[in-house]
Amino acid sequence: MSSRESILKQVKANKPAAAPLPGALRFPPLPAAECLEKYVRIAEAVGTVVMRVDDLSAIGAYLKKHYESPERVLNTVKGVGFGQELSGPIEDGHTLSNLEMAVVQGTLAVAENGAVWVSEEHLPIRVLPFITEHLMLVVSEKDVVNNMHEAYARLDVSAPGFGAFISGPSRTADIEQSLVIGAHGPKRAHVFLVK
Amino acid sequence: MSSSTYIAPTDHAKAADKFMEDEERVNWHDKALWFIREKRDVASKQLPEWELLRETASQIKLNVLGNLDAYLEQFEQNAKQNGITVHWAADAAEHNRIVLDIIQKHGIQKLVKSKSMLTEECHLNDYLADNGIDVVDTDLGERVVQLAQEPPSHIVLPCIHKRKEEVGELFHKHLGTEKGASDPAYLTEAARQHLREKFLTSDLAITGVNFAIAETGGFVVCTNEGNADMGAHLAKVHIACMGIEKIIPKAENLSVFLRLLARSATGQPITTYSSHFHRPRPDQEMHIVLVDNGRSIQLGRKDFYNSLKCIRCGACINTCPVYRRSGGHSYHYAISGPIGAILAPNMDMKKNADLPFASTLCGSCTNVCPVKIDIHNQLYQWRQVLAKEGYVPSSKTQGMKVMASVLSNPTMFRMAGKSGRFMMRLAPGLANIKAVNPWAKQRDMPEAPKESFREWYIKNKKKS
Repeated sequence: MSSRESILKQVKANKPAAAPLPGALRFPPLPAAECLEKYVRIAEAVGTVVMRVDDLSAIGAYLKKHYESPERVLNTVKGVGFGQELSGPIEDGHTLSNLEMAVVQGTLAVAENGAVWVSEEHLPIRVLPFITEHLMLVVSEKDVVNNMHEAYARLDVSAPGFGAFISGPSRTADIEQSLVIGAHGPKRAHVFLVK
Repeated sequence: MSSSTYIAPTDHAKAADKFMEDEERVNWHDKALWFIREKRDVASKQLPEWELLRETASQIKLNVLGNLDAYLEQFEQNAKQNGITVHWAADAAEHNRIVLDIIQKHGIQKLVKSKSMLTEECHLNDYLADNGIDVVDTDLGERVVQLAQEPPSHIVLPCIHKRKEEVGELFHKHLGTEKGASDPAYLTEAARQHLREKFLTSDLAITGVNFAIAETGGFVVCTNEGNADMGAHLAKVHIACMGIEKIIPKAENLSVFLRLLARSATGQPITTYSSHFHRPRPDQEMHIVLVDNGRSIQLGRKDFYNSLKCIRCGACINTCPVYRRSGGHSYHYAISGPIGAILAPNMDMKKNADLPFASTLCGSCTNVCPVKIDIHNQLYQWRQVLAKEGYVPSSKTQGMKVMASVLSNPTMFRMAGKSGRFMMRLAPGLANIKAVNPWAKQRDMPEAPKESFREWYIKNKKKS
């Protein structure tokens, strides 16, 4: 008997009585303005810089003002107008090892934890939002939801081959519980909420 | 095996004694963990629906355990359709062989690995090292203990037992940081640079799995550092290793678990990264190893199968007064603390017989568990099982027998009380000698009263 068969056989023989699967939890929706305010408050608490802008070109203007050189900036969001614009896929993630900044489209943002859903549908390569030193996420204001229940109700997380909730810059507190921002992923993270 | 001859080969109490020799360190360790427990409290109190989430999570997991065979098959089928290769391992040895086979098939000599308690349980690192493979743990805490040649002392905070000066010393020796430097930000930056080179030059990445979704055939890995993603996305081969109990039915169930996991673990509203893997990249190979290693046996133990609901948040560990004052290494099992103490005896009753006794049964673990495992009840139940099976040391069983006979006989009880009080008044120092009276090891004995309550009561009742 293969291990597969023996494991399944033993699980079947030993498992407890079947219990029903609870249905999805739903909570009353939060008014949009409150939801946005909550998002900003919590995202900032986890180390994200949140900017509310009128349109995509305002992001470009902000970046021009704050970052001198667009050379090591990869921009995957059309209309931002800063850095090297890219629409096609990238073959090899290793070429991004020196990347300073990536501008990436997020699908939705979650108020309760400051996270943004970033998926392969909007990425030229999976490693991009992790390997860049500075991550700039762009999310439409109308795509801010209150909690994770609303997020999963809106997303099909299995549609892309890869997707992630990203909440702030990478961090660690492994040495004496001292919080250090910038572990292996980005050292800084911005979220631009577009009207 | 006869109970009178059994002596535990390793012993939590003895190891804890050693840990407690450095009182200042114990106090620091205790405070560091309590600090995390308090953060968990603050985070959980911010959600009015916290108890509903815990109850729902517990029920989802109960549903999983009751249908585990069907969910495993559903997961396998969907994962295969997604282009993921699925392997089954009955035990740790088979798991390690499967991983080594994949590595050798690709002619790979070095790899990066993110945190996986399963691979700790299987002692994968040692096995791969013995076979000439260079394994680099990439979680900062895990890298620290790897350089120190120690196992993790905590499932979420692997080097919580180390002072920053000790980490500085290790990094000076292995990564060439400045001698005497101990600033966490400086040391973290050094580790970032050291490990980035490893990420960029490794063709294979091993990760753990936090949740695997039966309905979609994908899996979720949670980290704060981004190390699982850096490893997996840059490597040509990704191997994800998981215990069979990590299955959940649907993607929507993640909403409940991801709301609970990080809040319970560190007090964060969510980990920085919650990465959902469903298909390999076009230029990548993706493997999942489903590991039993005793889980299907635990599933059949009616008093203990609830332990398989665990989502490895570490909340029970942070709150445990025994863990905080004895340190993770005194548990001599891959998973320390209360949850480890109810999982370990299933793996080896003889070797781990001491662990369910490393508890005051205060119940704090049960109160903080996000999936409502009745941990302290199971600790108590394991004690019954272990005593029945003859795995409890004779000092304990003999002492219990003497105590039972004294407590069940009023005359003997009165005599024992009287002579005890007499002895303590006559020679109070004697009762405080640790070798004679283990109860006095960390306590001063109280002053003995002249009479018992019973004597006082009889006397005073006559008066009135």
